[in-house]
Amino acid sequence: MKTVTFKIDGRVCTTKKGKNLIEAAKQNGVFIPTLCHFKNRNPLGTCRICSIKLNGRSIAGCTIQVDEGMDFEVNSTEMLDARKAILEMMFVEGNHFCPSCEKSGDCAMQNLGYEMGIRYTRFPHLFVDRLVDARPERIVVNQNRCIRCKRCVEEVKTKDGYTVFNATNRGNETVIGIDYKQEAKLSEVEAERAMEICPTGSILVKGKSVAKPFGQRKYDYGQLGETIPFNKTKINHTNGNKKIVATTSLAGCFGCHMSLLDVDLGLLDLLEVIEFNKSPITDIKKFSKHCDIGLIEGGCCNTDNIEVLRAFRKNCDILVSVGECAIWGGLPANRNTIPLEECLKEAYLNSMTSEDNETCIPNHEDIPKILNKVYPNHEIVKIDYHIPGCPPNANHIWSVVKNILFDEEFSIAYPEFKYD
Amino acid sequence: MERTHLLNLLWNQQNAQGFISQSAITEIAKLLKISTIEVEGVITFYHFFHQKPTGKYIIYLNNSIISEFKGFREVKTTFEKETGCVFGKYDNNPLFSLFETSCIGLSDQEPAALINFYPFTDLTPEKVISIIKDLKNNIPIKTIADNPKSKIQYIPEDDKTVFFKDYTPGNSINKLKENNADSILKTIADVNLKGRGGAFFPTALKWQACKKNSAKTKYIICNADEGEPGTFKDKILLMEFPDLVIEGMIIAAFVVGAKEGIIYLRAEYKYLLPKLKETIHNFYNNNYLGDKILGINNFTFNLKIQLGAGAYVCGEETALIESLEGKRGEPRIRKYFPTDVGYLGKPTIVNNVETFANAARIIELGADYFKNIGTEKSKGTKLISVSGDVAKPGIYEIEWGMTVKELLQLCQATAPNYVQITGPSGECINETEFNRKICNEDLTCGGAIMVFNKFRGIIKILENFTKFFRSESCGVCTPCRAGNQILFEKIKKLKKGLCTSTDLQEIKDWGNIMKLTSRCGLGKTASNTFSTATEKFSDYFKFKILSENENQNVEFDMESAIQDFDSIIKDNHH
Ligand SMILES: Cc1cc2nc3c(=O)[nH]c(=O)nc-3n(C[C@H](O)[C@H](O)[C@H](O)COP(=O)(O)O)c2cc1C
Ligand code: SF4
Ligand code: SF4
Ligand code: SF4
Ligand code: FES
Repeated sequence: MKTVTFKIDGRVCTTKKGKNLIEAAKQNGVFIPTLCHFKNRNPLGTCRICSIKLNGRSIAGCTIQVDEGMDFEVNSTEMLDARKAILEMMFVEGNHFCPSCEKSGDCAMQNLGYEMGIRYTRFPHLFVDRLVDARPERIVVNQNRCIRCKRCVEEVKTKDGYTVFNATNRGNETVIGIDYKQEAKLSEVEAERAMEICPTGSILVKGKSVAKPFGQRKYDYGQLGETIPFNKTKINHTNGNKKIVATTSLAGCFGCHMSLLDVDLGLLDLLEVIEFNKSPITDIKKFSKHCDIGLIEGGCCNTDNIEVLRAFRKNCDILVSVGECAIWGGLPANRNTIPLEECLKEAYLNSMTSEDNETCIPNHEDIPKILNKVYPNHEIVKIDYHIPGCPPNANHIWSVVKNILFDEEFSIAYPEFKYD
Repeated sequence: MERTHLLNLLWNQQNAQGFISQSAITEIAKLLKISTIEVEGVITFYHFFHQKPTGKYIIYLNNSIISEFKGFREVKTTFEKETGCVFGKYDNNPLFSLFETSCIGLSDQEPAALINFYPFTDLTPEKVISIIKDLKNNIPIKTIADNPKSKIQYIPEDDKTVFFKDYTPGNSINKLKENNADSILKTIADVNLKGRGGAFFPTALKWQACKKNSAKTKYIICNADEGEPGTFKDKILLMEFPDLVIEGMIIAAFVVGAKEGIIYLRAEYKYLLPKLKETIHNFYNNNYLGDKILGINNFTFNLKIQLGAGAYVCGEETALIESLEGKRGEPRIRKYFPTDVGYLGKPTIVNNVETFANAARIIELGADYFKNIGTEKSKGTKLISVSGDVAKPGIYEIEWGMTVKELLQLCQATAPNYVQITGPSGECINETEFNRKICNEDLTCGGAIMVFNKFRGIIKILENFTKFFRSESCGVCTPCRAGNQILFEKIKKLKKGLCTSTDLQEIKDWGNIMKLTSRCGLGKTASNTFSTATEKFSDYFKFKILSENENQNVEFDMESAIQDFDSIIKDNHH
């Protein structure tokens, strides 16, 4: 086959004529993210995460066969941002609770989240209630995680050639449906392959979903158990004035606070340059000083959370949302797809341990009211920085804080950023 | 059986049973040798197919913005009250089922509804009461349906009109005898005819590309899906001059060497079928269709009609082709042009109704006729459907180059403030732009102009459009499927009065991402009106947004956030 010359971001590259752009770029050392694209197959062009520009016009990279003279724009600010936005759209459109997802660590979508450096989503989460369909023989389809990439539609066929999955409905209601009759024909191996090709945790095989231990999952960086020493560079600027830090846990699990303490002895070094004010760490309940920085764990699920958060905004120069719950609701937002009434009744009236007419939904002027859903902090007050993670790594948190307070330069290693 | 029959098989079931039952699905799947989920995928894609039983009369009430401003709410409630049914619910009423539907091409006679696909126009609560009474009394629906004909409000001088000129069937294709493919292409190129479906692709180039392909089998498809809200100009051609449209298709077939043609007619225009079928029948009788047309050796062309089933996106040419192939109407990726790989993988020409009619006129009248009509680059005339706050809604055949202002005067617009060009996927303009000329060099217009006066809420207009795109997106690609939902969140926020200038900026930025990355024209244009409206009507939006909060609190609607809790407590303590 003929060799052709083309350009990526101004750089001259070569490949075989007709080669798929994704592979051709890879050969030339340029990474273009993909999700629906499947090597050597007809391009699906559904997810659009591979969007690039060809001769000035935007198009899905995976649908292009490279030809002489083509001029691609891949890593311009505009296209980098557009691709990131698409991944963010996927996160807000579905309900992705990675900590409770069987595919975590094996998930192509999650991995792209890391690769593309997603800290928070610019878009509001939609929290649409979606079906988890366990009726099929071997497979469970969890619509909460499906990105409608259609890989399963194209790739999963029965031996006698019938499709098993197909898109149903239209527009915002489009979902992937499964044909129970055809699914029953799949062998265990074929079903596992379906799980394998799904780039998210939407297709699971019953009894097979948490097969691999941590450290051996597809996108694990290295063995588990490696600890990264705390970055101990001394800070020598303080001229006696310590910076003041406040922390709180709203609708969170205190996991992020545990992580704060995870620097172990490093905390002693820190205390030479910072001082805690209002925080569970000091047990100071009310602000006694104006603070330089406030670290917020957890989002807002009740009226008290909102009050506390607003007090933090008032008393701190800089506010940081620490962890997923603070950033978009996180695990507590599991309830966001369910009406509040159902949640409260399930918790207080109809639960296994509640007896008929013996329990009621707590309600007193002294206890805060529950909000209709869990809100991310940036929907209540202005948030200056987001530190992702569930929980974020201790080094990550303190590196960011030191950077903000002391302009200390930092870089975080991949395992510090990757937290699943 | 071929998959291409699927749409018709489903229509047969839908018409015979009022819905498509599980057993019918299994039956059809078996017949086509496909899995049932494939059949369900198709059924659920189209608005007019139902999987649950419906009543004897299915009522589709149009919910376009024009309808909304002309009394949609009252009409809707009256329908519910009189029938005892609820819109969008399958409530097992033997007589009636009620659904809302996107624009049905009757914007000049809104509110309008289709009942068993018969048109009912200019609805009022009183009229609805009498319709329902008649239907309950078994009065044949045919006898009470309205005439959906649009008023032709304006035609240019005799030597300038293109479409509404005297017409004798056969005049145009008779010219084929003294012409060859190249001379026809040249004539069409001389007039610089551009597609009237909204994309304005040069027709001669498209035909040329298809002609060049050496494949034996080729197809000519007429796009009569006219789904862009506010547009009803193709309908008038199909009603008044179906012959002209068909002649255009025959000319295209002659040029590229196609033997098969299909008119893809939107189901909303089902009432046009009898006349269309009759016309085709006459064409066959006159040897204008069939074998050896007009005695020209080797010139064979057969024509049939395919009814759509309710999906705006099927107007997109590759989605239309997918639909014809019996699939979900999902636009194809842009790897090939239909002129090379189209219907059933064969070279295919898809043109708009008006394009074909115009091509036929060009061949009939000759290129010279068009020389002095229109502007430098846009020759001839354009059919425009005018609706909204005007005294004379209807069809206007305007010479290219007419200003918006002139048109607004012709249609007697009252205090026009916001004018939507081409429909939701087009653009909006404000007063300062009324001097712009409607033509390819300045303000392109696909065929609809919706006029809104000073008293119409712009957020309401944008809400209607965003909802439209949210549900009419085919759902195949992320930016359009998710993007339209996300933009709708901004609409909700705007309505609550919680937006700041940051939100307006985000609407623009996010809209741009959809434009950059969507797979087809629907997603690429969906955000356009919303983003530009915030700028063009900045005075209006100034009053709709809050200034940035100085103590860095974000605007938050505490009241509605605790409303649920308060009412639960109230309900559970009494
Ligand atoms: C979402 C969408 C809807 C469309 N709807 C129609 C339509 O209803 N009628 C039409 O003729 N073209 C429609 N088009 C344009 C067609 O894709 C295509 O460009 C046109 O049929 C080509 O014919 P023309 O060159 O004669 O305009 C639509 C395009 C998009 C993206
Ligand atoms: S599918 Fe992937 S991104 Fe979604 S919850 Fe599971 S691991 Fe996270
Ligand atoms: S189930 Fe998985 S493979 Fe199928 S469309 Fe959804 S994300 Fe893609
Ligand atoms: S842009 Fe919208 S309509 Fe077009 S392919 Fe994507 S989802 Fe479908
Ligand atoms: S990878 Fe190209 S569109 Fe999905």
